[in-house]
Amino acid sequence: MEPVNAIELRGVTKRFGEVVANDNVSLAVRKGEILSILGENGSGKTTLMNMLSGIYFPDEGEIVVNGKTVTIRSPKDSFALGIGMIHQHFKLIPILTAAENIILGLPGKGRLNLKQIENEIRSLTEQYGFELDPTQKIYDMSVSQKQTVEIVKVLYRGADILILDEPTAVLTPQETEKLFAVLRNMRRAGKSIIIITHKLNEVLELSDRVAVLRKGKYIATVETAGATVESLTEMMVGEKVKLDINRTEPAGVEKRIEMRGVTCRNKEGLKVLKEASFTAYSGEILGVAGISGSGQKELLESIAGLQPIESGEILYDSPEGKTEKISSMKAEEIKELGIALSFVPEDRLGMGLVASMDLTDNMMIRSYKEGGHFFADRKAPKKLAEEIVDKLEVVTPGVETPVSRLSGGNVQKILVGREIAGNPTVLMVAYPVRGLDINSSYTIYNLLNEQKQKGVAVICVGEDLDVLLELCDKILVLNSGRIAGVVDARETTKEKLGLMMTGSGEEKQANE
Amino acid sequence: MSKEVKEPLVRMTKRDTIGTAKAWGIRLAAVLLSLVVAGLVIVAITKQNPIQVYLGIVDGAVGTNRRAWVTVRETLALLCIAIGLTPAFKMKFWNIGAEGQILMGGTATAALMIYAGDALPNWLLLVLIFIASAAAGLIWGLIPAVFKAYFNTNETLFTLMLNYVAMQIVTFCIVFWENPAGSNTVGIIGAAGQKGWFPSLFGNIYGLNVVIVLILTLGMYIYMKYSKQGYEIAVVGESQNTARYAGINVKRVIIRTMMISGGICGLAGSLIVSGASHTISTSTAGGRGFTAIIVAWMSKFNPFAMILVSAFLVFMQQGAIQVASQFGLNENASDIITGILLFFLIGCEFFINYKLELRKNRKEGK
Repeated sequence: MEPVNAIELRGVTKRFGEVVANDNVSLAVRKGEILSILGENGSGKTTLMNMLSGIYFPDEGEIVVNGKTVTIRSPKDSFALGIGMIHQHFKLIPILTAAENIILGLPGKGRLNLKQIENEIRSLTEQYGFELDPTQKIYDMSVSQKQTVEIVKVLYRGADILILDEPTAVLTPQETEKLFAVLRNMRRAGKSIIIITHKLNEVLELSDRVAVLRKGKYIATVETAGATVESLTEMMVGEKVKLDINRTEPAGVEKRIEMRGVTCRNKEGLKVLKEASFTAYSGEILGVAGISGSGQKELLESIAGLQPIESGEILYDSPEGKTEKISSMKAEEIKELGIALSFVPEDRLGMGLVASMDLTDNMMIRSYKEGGHFFADRKAPKKLAEEIVDKLEVVTPGVETPVSRLSGGNVQKILVGREIAGNPTVLMVAYPVRGLDINSSYTIYNLLNEQKQKGVAVICVGEDLDVLLELCDKILVLNSGRIAGVVDARETTKEKLGLMMTGSGEEKQANE
Repeated sequence: MSKEVKEPLVRMTKRDTIGTAKAWGIRLAAVLLSLVVAGLVIVAITKQNPIQVYLGIVDGAVGTNRRAWVTVRETLALLCIAIGLTPAFKMKFWNIGAEGQILMGGTATAALMIYAGDALPNWLLLVLIFIASAAAGLIWGLIPAVFKAYFNTNETLFTLMLNYVAMQIVTFCIVFWENPAGSNTVGIIGAAGQKGWFPSLFGNIYGLNVVIVLILTLGMYIYMKYSKQGYEIAVVGESQNTARYAGINVKRVIIRTMMISGGICGLAGSLIVSGASHTISTSTAGGRGFTAIIVAWMSKFNPFAMILVSAFLVFMQQGAIQVASQFGLNENASDIITGILLFFLIGCEFFINYKLELRKNRKEGK
């Protein structure tokens, strides 16, 4: 008899040292279904899938593919079983074409017939409704096109079971729709699809069933039809969570940061910010939306004095009414002027914190220069660290623990806590909740709102448009380095933002 | 649908954390194992009782008062260089140019001893020697640092190549300082009046070496752990992005730190020339600039651990020299023993970071 399950995991356990990433997980994927694997960061979703794709080897338990117990010890074994994984970070060679990337690593005849392969790829893409030109080079492609190449790559190798790790994280709402249409076509063709995600709306829209993991343990699989955002959240977190952001009306609105026609280049010499002009006001949260790599990083770093600018200027209006030109100043010079500018960078452990240092030493990053003597003061930073641990409920063995040992949410609490402790007038945060569980995310949103009510000018770069729409007062949309417009977050919609991000919408609502 | 695939026989998995006791247990096991293997090698060559060989090693290292002090002297030189390398390596500036920095310090020392030895009182000469040797090493450290800071050149290649430049400078100087003429060596400098030699301290000719190196060790420990500059070095080493974010002037820290590192290595040159050998040659540094890297790494940059590690390495080296002469082996025998030791000591770090798991014998279901 034909087995109904494409994949069955039985009691799979994987440990990393003392951490149990997957604890006795058993779940099944049926043939011809889309199964979402839902869980907060650190719940073991990716680890589980990495065992299917041969990157990790399970410590215990067995994997059954098409009714047969198998051992997968390398990605090659996984391919042989018809399992294909599309990772979050693409593994493509930019100077090769789509077709060349797709056949890369496949055995073949001595003579390469690219024409024939391109035709095979075309028939494949037509079958499922992809939009892909096999002769296009990767470097010419958008993120969503690159993702298409990755998907076609595993299909071309004959995969029947596709695993997609956070496929929509890098896509605009419109691109997400297209991807979903293709995935539905594949389901119709009898493929089994596993999607790892933490976006609840997408789960409900796309999948047939949802398997929920929490802290490495398998909780349950439910039919999507009978599930709601609330019920799924409760399964993920283990308790009822209030999913409201309390947005207050802006008060005490004054001009704080003004950017005028700023252009800058990255290390490779490419223009990443083009003629950017905007104003950030105190008592407001200004959201920054855009496809990743549209200049968000440079926008914040140029204000923070970490990114040299080519032209234009950045002005700071202090609450006392003084205007300072802070462009062409380095971080330390801005600080010496007495401007309290706080910055939570995207790269928390590579820029905001030092991973191998303990909490106290990480507090010192902002304050170690204080006091005129040769020796560094560690008493005040230690006290600050203890206060933050206490106030933000950071889970840590102590303030002497290196931050690399803490979970993502706790790391972010330490960083945000330190930056807020400086009593800033401007607070810039980049992807403040990336990698955080739901409870920690809401703690961070509340902290940002608190700062806004205190009269701080908050600039928040985010990737989840739903959240930006709920949290911010205004949203600035970046489109490949240009500011496509600043819109009122209470008025606009996700679709409008998506159009502005990709540039198909020419409406430049300069909301000055 | 596919051929039967078996679970791999041995897998390595990364350890999460390891207890200090267990880590040191592994290191101790490595030392013991290395002694056994080194013993076997020696036995294979000499056909002697291994106990005899090890007694020979102990005898060679500390058998007589004089030998013990030579071991102390060599330990101090190695320790001093390792201390000098510490801030650079902590900053992830791969200074493999200690050899050159030592040679430059040594050359400055020899020059002062030769040209100013008779004109100045000994204490003033020594003060000048310390200043000049540190300055010479400092310049040799400063050059790659400036290029690294401003042009992002590769410091590993740069410092390595400067070693050869330093050697050529020494060779050049030997031409002028030859004694006796035609020997192509400098000979013992100032043998008559012991000008520029370290004086005896506490009744021992190496007393001053001990004092200088212990002060440096303690000073470096305090500098790295408690000073603002030490903190800056640590941040720059971990992440230059974080350093910029924190408002640290990365260029200045790189240059300053390499001046300190080169300076101490230069001072080690005076320790070797003025405080021990009283001569200069291209082999004055004698590979110690490289051995010291191992000392610094194995000690995890803890200056006090460096005392133990450098003492252990020198102990084995000195002992091996004795064994070699006792059993009629050539000098390479001691290199072999040191090599075996280092192989085990460095290799054991793998077992501290990873553990191996054997395939489980799954009986059920088959």
